[in-house]
Amino acid sequence: MRKSLFALCLALLPVTGLAAGGGDAQLRDMTPDLHDKASLQNGMQLFVNYCMGCHSLEHQRFARAADDLEIPRELVEENLIFADAQAFNDQMGNAMEPEQGEAWFGAAPPDLTLVTRLRGTDWVYSYLLGFYRDPQRPTGVNNTVFPLVAMPNVLEPLQGVQQQVCGDGGHEEGGAGCHLELVQEGIMSPDEFERAMFDLTNFLAYVGEPSRLQAQALAPKVLIFLFVFAVVAYLLKREYWRDVH
Amino acid sequence: MGNPDKPKAQRGVMRWVDERFPATQLWQDHLSRYYAPRNFNFWYFFGSLALLVLVNQILTGIWLTMSFTPTAEEAFASVEYIMRDVEWGWLIRYLHTTGASAFFVVIYLHMFRGLLYGSYKAPRELVWVFGMAIYLALMAEAFMGYLLPWGQMSYWGAQVITSLFSAIPAIGPGLAEWIRGDYLVTGITLNRFFALHVVALPIVILALVVLHIVALHEVGSNNPDGIEIKDKTDSNGKPLDGIPFHPYYTVKDLVGVAVFLFVFCVVVFYFPEGGGYFIEKPNFEPADPLQTPDHIAPVWYFTPFYAILRGVTFSVFGLEAKFLGVVCMGLAIGLLFVLPWLDRSPVRSMRYKGWISRGMLGLFVVCFTVLGVLGVLPSTETRTTIAQICTLGYFAYFLLMPFYTRLEKTRPVPERVTD
Repeated sequence: MRKSLFALCLALLPVTGLAAGGGDAQLRDMTPDLHDKASLQNGMQLFVNYCMGCHSLEHQRFARAADDLEIPRELVEENLIFADAQAFNDQMGNAMEPEQGEAWFGAAPPDLTLVTRLRGTDWVYSYLLGFYRDPQRPTGVNNTVFPLVAMPNVLEPLQGVQQQVCGDGGHEEGGAGCHLELVQEGIMSPDEFERAMFDLTNFLAYVGEPSRLQAQALAPKVLIFLFVFAVVAYLLKREYWRDVH
Repeated sequence: MGNPDKPKAQRGVMRWVDERFPATQLWQDHLSRYYAPRNFNFWYFFGSLALLVLVNQILTGIWLTMSFTPTAEEAFASVEYIMRDVEWGWLIRYLHTTGASAFFVVIYLHMFRGLLYGSYKAPRELVWVFGMAIYLALMAEAFMGYLLPWGQMSYWGAQVITSLFSAIPAIGPGLAEWIRGDYLVTGITLNRFFALHVVALPIVILALVVLHIVALHEVGSNNPDGIEIKDKTDSNGKPLDGIPFHPYYTVKDLVGVAVFLFVFCVVVFYFPEGGGYFIEKPNFEPADPLQTPDHIAPVWYFTPFYAILRGVTFSVFGLEAKFLGVVCMGLAIGLLFVLPWLDRSPVRSMRYKGWISRGMLGLFVVCFTVLGVLGVLPSTETRTTIAQICTLGYFAYFLLMPFYTRLEKTRPVPERVTD
């Protein structure tokens, strides 16, 4: 009963409100680098292995990602598509039904296609780095930028376990004077883990707007054309207006 | 039978056409022999730019319609389909979303030009009234278009605005339900807004643009000095201070078009979200009727009126605050329609009006801008007070106009236009 009440509370929580407020947690700066293909490839690999069990990217196709991230089709089909029902040209859906997610975690894991555009890359990056041990939570962890989050820290084997340490030595939730300390090491060093989370966020930034690379490639050509056009138009105007003044 | 003296081409295809359709006459009346004052300045670029943006909206809109699905289940996903799977879909959509904001930028500057140089004054009252009708239709067009992507802000924005109608005593609740076609904003509302956005309102806007230009070309363009160029003509009846619209203003407007497109494309390619003002962040989440966002803000071009609406926090004579807010908002737009009859000044242009008129126009611009900023922000007690003061300033500009324009001392108006 208590668990379903908790689930209900979570479902009713205004998620955007939490995103905007996010407590007093300081967000870490994360500026995506969509030209770093190695980072994006690593991000995709992390996403498929650690996130996609629960989270879908329902508007993103494997084929488009393979194309944009320069991953050969065979590699994608062999290493990144796990479900038998999924094909190379399909969208990156997941196997979990929303009802199952609600039953297991209290809230269906959201689709993440547009998460970086909804909340920003700073938020996603800080969220991924912000898990810490909290025995009072059903999952055993809490998060600095998304307090009371229903998601367990699936990246714990990589990161290790963090603990929140506050200025006066006490443990208070999300206080301003608190910081996170690694109390149990994971497979990766803190630097390696931060780099991995940068890659994962970078990949999600790409997924949020795959056309960004196209826009950046096209923009200079269009702007140079318009500049030349403006100069020509101005000279034409000056020529015509010579007899007015 | 038409005008027997109408200009006709002497030979060739054009002669054949002219005997059946007044092509040459239309060309001359509206372009090559339409005399416009030679002293147009920066403020005169925005009329042609508004036409350019209108064409952009119609063309990109047609292409968006080809791939958009106007149902509650599919709308959000079909927008993402356009952004990802449709060839050049992202560019077409960004041109449309950025175009919506650009439309209001150029329209507001175009209207300000009218206020600055008294372009609404006799004999151009109908030019102004048709223009205001375009503005009103454009607001409806933008509001309905904003629902279509079916994001959180689309949904809740539409919910808030349609619920305003329910504040009208007696008929209100029924009216709001009639507009939505349901008790709440639902897929039914989306369907009808789609029909109005892509068919009905564009036809209305195009028809009004024709009326606006026909009325303008009947009376001739005003100018920064606010004097009639038709009063001083040469022996052929051609205004001494007038120059043919084509080629002089077509080439000049071409420069404006190039500069505008440069700025426009910088936004389209690099900042299509416009810092969250052109595409609001909550709209990257599909509409959820069970989850109200913390803060519902309309798109920036509606915020001055939204701030006026929210600023009315008290009831008078037993009338609800919400209803009074709606009345004030309606009045704020309605007063613009009757502006030509509020201005009693003997001169048109701000160049020759007195310091009270200048001060009041300045006050109006400041109030409108401050209201616009306040409309974006969540309301607090202080902000509500500021909004109320600015609302007073906004109305003072219009309601005191018959008095201050008559009382103040104006400057002498020159005989011919100044450079």
